[in-house]
Amino acid sequence: MDWINLLTPLAASAVIAAIPLMLAALGELVTEKSGVLNLGVEGTMLMGAIGAFAVTVQTGSLWLGVVAGIASGAVMSAVFAWLTLSLMANQVAAGLALTIFGIGLSAYVGRPYTDATIPMLRDMPIPGLSSIPVLGASIFSLNPLGYLSVALLAAIAWFLYRTRAGLVLRSIGEAPSVAHAIGYPVVRIRYFATLFGGAMSGLAGAYYSVGYLRLWQENLTAGRGWIALALVVFATWRPGRTALGALLFGVVMALQFQAQAMGIRIPSQALASLPYLATIVVLVIISRNRQTIRLNAPASLGKPFFAGS
Amino acid sequence: MFSSVFIDSSDTMFDLTLEPRSGPSRTMRLAMPLVATLITLAGGVLIFSFLGKNPAQAMAAFFLAPISSLNGWSELLLKASPLCLIALGLAIGYRANVWNIGAEGQLLLGGIFASGVAIHFDGHGGAWLLPLMMAAGALGGMLWAAIPALLRVRFNANEILVSLMLTYVATQLLIYLVSGPWQDPHGMNFPQSINFSREALFPRFFGDWRWATWRGTRLNASIFMTVVAVPLAWFFMRKSFAGYRMEVGGLAPLAARYAGYSEPRAVWVALLIGGAAAGLAGTGEVAGPVGQLQATWAPGYGFTAIIVAFVGRLHPVGIVLASLLMALLYLGGEAVQTSLQLPKAISGVFQGLLLFSLLGCDVFVNYRLRRRARALTRDA
Repeated sequence: MDWINLLTPLAASAVIAAIPLMLAALGELVTEKSGVLNLGVEGTMLMGAIGAFAVTVQTGSLWLGVVAGIASGAVMSAVFAWLTLSLMANQVAAGLALTIFGIGLSAYVGRPYTDATIPMLRDMPIPGLSSIPVLGASIFSLNPLGYLSVALLAAIAWFLYRTRAGLVLRSIGEAPSVAHAIGYPVVRIRYFATLFGGAMSGLAGAYYSVGYLRLWQENLTAGRGWIALALVVFATWRPGRTALGALLFGVVMALQFQAQAMGIRIPSQALASLPYLATIVVLVIISRNRQTIRLNAPASLGKPFFAGS
Repeated sequence: MFSSVFIDSSDTMFDLTLEPRSGPSRTMRLAMPLVATLITLAGGVLIFSFLGKNPAQAMAAFFLAPISSLNGWSELLLKASPLCLIALGLAIGYRANVWNIGAEGQLLLGGIFASGVAIHFDGHGGAWLLPLMMAAGALGGMLWAAIPALLRVRFNANEILVSLMLTYVATQLLIYLVSGPWQDPHGMNFPQSINFSREALFPRFFGDWRWATWRGTRLNASIFMTVVAVPLAWFFMRKSFAGYRMEVGGLAPLAARYAGYSEPRAVWVALLIGGAAAGLAGTGEVAGPVGQLQATWAPGYGFTAIIVAFVGRLHPVGIVLASLLMALLYLGGEAVQTSLQLPKAISGVFQGLLLFSLLGCDVFVNYRLRRRARALTRDA
């Protein structure tokens, strides 16, 4: 039964790699549903990662660290929201600025922490379920942040499609001027959606640095934020498909580490390129049908809204 | 008061409000980069005070020390030149609404292709070698940029994400080459290629050409690529019909189609020009200051050039000035690293701050600040 010995760790590391992607993508999904395109996910994740790591090192508390990571993400997206929603700056440019700023600031703030170590976030296996062969160990033996992520997935799907507030949020992404005419505060709701997205990216970064790798280095996220952005397109703006897509990417990333164990002989650089190439392939497959994108993307995505116009 | 004005422009609770101008203000377009620079400088004073450094001393170390010597100016030009070259290429695309974010990858490919030529002809070169390397470098950048162009035109795939993903792939390709097939056999196992021979390097102003003014500096002929590119880009953007057609094709695809212009062509031209410029910049680096291909050679210029393009207002003259400013931010970061023991990454903070301030200030180009009557706000 050799394949079980190979597949079990593969599934486990796939799920672990998928969680931060899913968190960041879900946050961006909510932001984009309100009509705001925030390309700053990568920079926000990095700030979340260093915020969480630094506070954990300073206080010794993982949970304070996670809270700090979420807060760093929210602050980053607040800057973005102010620029794009109040000052009506170009969303693409502001998002890129946010990422460049985040890469620089996280490297700067993180310098003293490159050799620091932190305690481990313990896995909490669910008795019984976690001993199911192959998948049990991966799905039912997560750390608390992992379970929190699953809960957030359910909560976001429920909020968007089962609550009135979710409906308002989506309507603002589709037709902001109509929503404004009915009396909904378009800009204020977009602020909330953007801040929430930033907080989720911050949490994703925190998961990365304190929940998973337990270290800090410059550019720790290595493009994961961009992959999360691609995931939103891949999922055609649906939470469930976002989770599935994240898992798919998780498998690709896990393969990178498991390939050696499986006896696959290709240069390690080719394996390291896999997630990025997979992103491109997935984007092409999804985007080739213009109709799907046009029907699913929020109609006002990326367009600034000015009440007077 | 001032800041609260901007919190919410749709819910009218404040006396001051923004009002759209009938057209973009030319004065504001020109003034705002200066205002943004001043805000960045003010931000610098705040940051340095916060770090417990004497702000005046720190600002002098950051902004003045690097350009107080001839060597400093030479380093400034060496850094500004690739930034300017890449930003010119990107700006042509951005004007047409084609968002090539992968210039860093295209720069790496340019460097890789040029290095391939240099390594292949090592020891057998002549005066033809350097032009051949430049052609190869431009080709490498164009090939890497052709992938997002093709995928966007054929499959509608977002060029931002595709060009960016390719940057990470390019990094891996670089590491593979210099730690495998192209590794210097006498390089003590360092992941780097052989040192290029003299024919494969851009001539130095002092070392090769004996220009006494530049005694002791590293300034080399690679900067002439930028010197030539600036007027070319200006002509293409401002005077040529092709440039105009591209801008319309990207900005208003429907109107462009009506006029018989094609959007796919705008995408192709934008990305290929951007890729060629980045590839040339990469050639200038490996055949200039670096002199070989190294695993760690990823200058980040491809990303910084995005800021340069925006701060320069997507205009060739603006880009020249912005590239000099951005190069100064780099050098300043290095200067405070040695003199004030601050990490070099502070350059990135300044660069981001500059772009943020500019984007924020830009509101005044299209809007003016107005007092609004209370009565009006109620029934809005």
